[in-house]
Amino acid sequence: MTKIFNPLGRTMQRRDFLKVAGASVAVAALPAAVRGADPVKLLLWSWLPDFQTQVDMFNAAHPGIQVKLVNAGQGAPEYQAVRAGLKAGSGLPDVVHIEFQFLESFRQIDAFADIGQWANPHKAEFPEGTWTQVGKGDVVSGMPWDSGPMAMLYRKDILDKHGITPPATWAEFADAAKKLHAADPNVFLTDALLTNGGWVNGLLWPMGWKPISRDGDKLAININDKISKDFAAYWQDLITAGVIETKPGFNNEWYTGLDSGRYATWLTAGWGPVFLTSVAKTSVGQWRAADLPQWDASKFATGNWGGSALAVMKATQHLPEAAELAIWLTTNAEATKLYTTKQFLFPCTTALLTSAEFAGQKMDFYGGQAVNKVFAKSAAAVSNFEWSPFQDFLYQSMEDEFGASISGKGTLSDAFDRIQDAVVTYAKEQGFTVD
Amino acid sequence: MSNWPAAATRPARPGGFTLRKLAPYLFLAPFVLLFIAFIVAPLVYAFYMSLYRDTLVGGRQFAGAASYIKVTGDAKFWGGVWNLVLFGIVQVPIMLGLALLFAIVLDRGQVYAKGVFRLGFFLPYAVPSVIATIMWGYLYGPNFGPFTQMAKAFNLPPPDFLSPGAMIFSLANIVTWEYVGYNMVIYYAALKTIPSDLVEASRIDGASAWQFARLIQLPLLWPAILLTIIFSINGTLQLFNEPYLMRALARNTIDSSYTPNLYAYSLATSNQQYGYAAAVSFVLGIVIAGASYIFTLITNRRRPEQ
Repeated sequence: MTKIFNPLGRTMQRRDFLKVAGASVAVAALPAAVRGADPVKLLLWSWLPDFQTQVDMFNAAHPGIQVKLVNAGQGAPEYQAVRAGLKAGSGLPDVVHIEFQFLESFRQIDAFADIGQWANPHKAEFPEGTWTQVGKGDVVSGMPWDSGPMAMLYRKDILDKHGITPPATWAEFADAAKKLHAADPNVFLTDALLTNGGWVNGLLWPMGWKPISRDGDKLAININDKISKDFAAYWQDLITAGVIETKPGFNNEWYTGLDSGRYATWLTAGWGPVFLTSVAKTSVGQWRAADLPQWDASKFATGNWGGSALAVMKATQHLPEAAELAIWLTTNAEATKLYTTKQFLFPCTTALLTSAEFAGQKMDFYGGQAVNKVFAKSAAAVSNFEWSPFQDFLYQSMEDEFGASISGKGTLSDAFDRIQDAVVTYAKEQGFTVD
Repeated sequence: MSNWPAAATRPARPGGFTLRKLAPYLFLAPFVLLFIAFIVAPLVYAFYMSLYRDTLVGGRQFAGAASYIKVTGDAKFWGGVWNLVLFGIVQVPIMLGLALLFAIVLDRGQVYAKGVFRLGFFLPYAVPSVIATIMWGYLYGPNFGPFTQMAKAFNLPPPDFLSPGAMIFSLANIVTWEYVGYNMVIYYAALKTIPSDLVEASRIDGASAWQFARLIQLPLLWPAILLTIIFSINGTLQLFNEPYLMRALARNTIDSSYTPNLYAYSLATSNQQYGYAAAVSFVLGIVIAGASYIFTLITNRRRPEQ
């Protein structure tokens, strides 16, 4: 008789094994709630701090599902782990935290399951632009979790001191930059984060930039088009005039620059206001928020920088439960509200964006201004954006080439030309057809 | 297995298979197994990968030597190598010169608080390079770093350590700070092995401190110096941590192919070109082996008189 090794020491006979195996197949076919005895185990990867709170809430509300939360790194390190798992065909989570801008890159390598049948009923709970990040037609690759609609944070004290009103258009922004630096050579209107691909992308977005459009494996690559040339000319003028800085952000020098009044504005996203309170210690109460400067004052346009989704991996063995996990964590009223008060995520749901608690929240750091309202207005107006199927490569090229031009290798306009060439070469190497 | 100590002490029968014959291999086994698992196997796998090409459309295809041929003409790769050749020409002699100086000074009897200095010189090596780079990054800060603050206090133009021209020297400074102590300890240990009769004889012959260093210590240190130079060539061409971390402060200066290892890393991550990244790593290995070999050839030919 066939004997199967059993770690508990009891020798299991073939017939027993088949009984058990048959039973577990039958159980798996039942809805999660009926099972009780052996809950479905799901693995969730996310880098959000203190996320265990909401995961515990989910577990408590779903007796048939047990979710284990693992922090596999923030952004790039996690994506590398996901790619390694896809290559190896093992070691993947069921649900994974992915930034909007990289969803398309993972769709390209067929990473995600389509959760449309469960997710589509929730479509109306999100602003249209936000939903287009995760949904293409009826196919849904993830659930919008947090967002980064862009606006401008500025130092009221510095602008007031020099009689400058917060610039509403880019023309006013350029004038203000020149006026401010002339009045005080130690102050710059802004630090242009040109070596941050997400920042550049977020500002090109409202201009209607379509760097890469795809039709199956055919790509139209228009990185150095009229739009990017206008963008390049605008910032090149300010760089050449020496009235703004172009230092990399998110390091101590930059934090001190924001806090000490070296930089009078930060063109940022919905997650920016709370982030700034954590790095600025002396400029409390001096900051305010205003709309992103506009190219055309009569046509409000804005973009997104950051934001992320919870996506279900194609490799999951428990698709309905994993979809439920992603959907519940991003739509449950109590859980999503908690993100805005505990982890300070900028919310995606229209309910929260328009709620008095969130949009109306007055913050002392911003002199009692309800800054979220400014960003919520931006969130409602963000349009669709077509991400490239190799966003990491595009960002890396942008950061390399803008960096080089800031360091003296040509102009920003030349940088766009070099990026175009690099991306076309790369896309062809990767097997795409380039028009 | 219970009688193996007895078996191990029993004299071996000629030609017979005994545990005594097996013993050396058993002792070697822990090292050999780990070596195979963590060095040989990844190398074999990387070589296998380097013969393939992964593309987003079409997946994995056999590419043969195509990646290697591409590396030989890749300006980004050779640009990184060239950066490091410049870096090494400046940094290695300074680092080893300082290490030698410190070792000789410490070796002389009359240094006050010798233990404190020995530990002090060695301490930076004990600081992980990641921490060291973050610390130096703070010191280099172009707007608010202490050097800038000092310059401003004296109304001098603040130094820009992160500019394209200065970056290679700023990195060289970090690496020198980290590794002087390490090399010093190697030299110091070698100096301690110089026989005391030679020391005594030179004193009796009336050698000055300079003559003693030049004619006794240096020639006897030569093998240790060669060793540290080979180590330094290796370490220099594999530079990664310092430029990788310094990028957070100076993305304008340090691009994704600033050093060959940084390039391989970018290829394997952002570019998803795993096969090409493997090929770049192998070619870098060949460059390092070649540089070390050429260096030994040259030094073997003109070995100082002993």
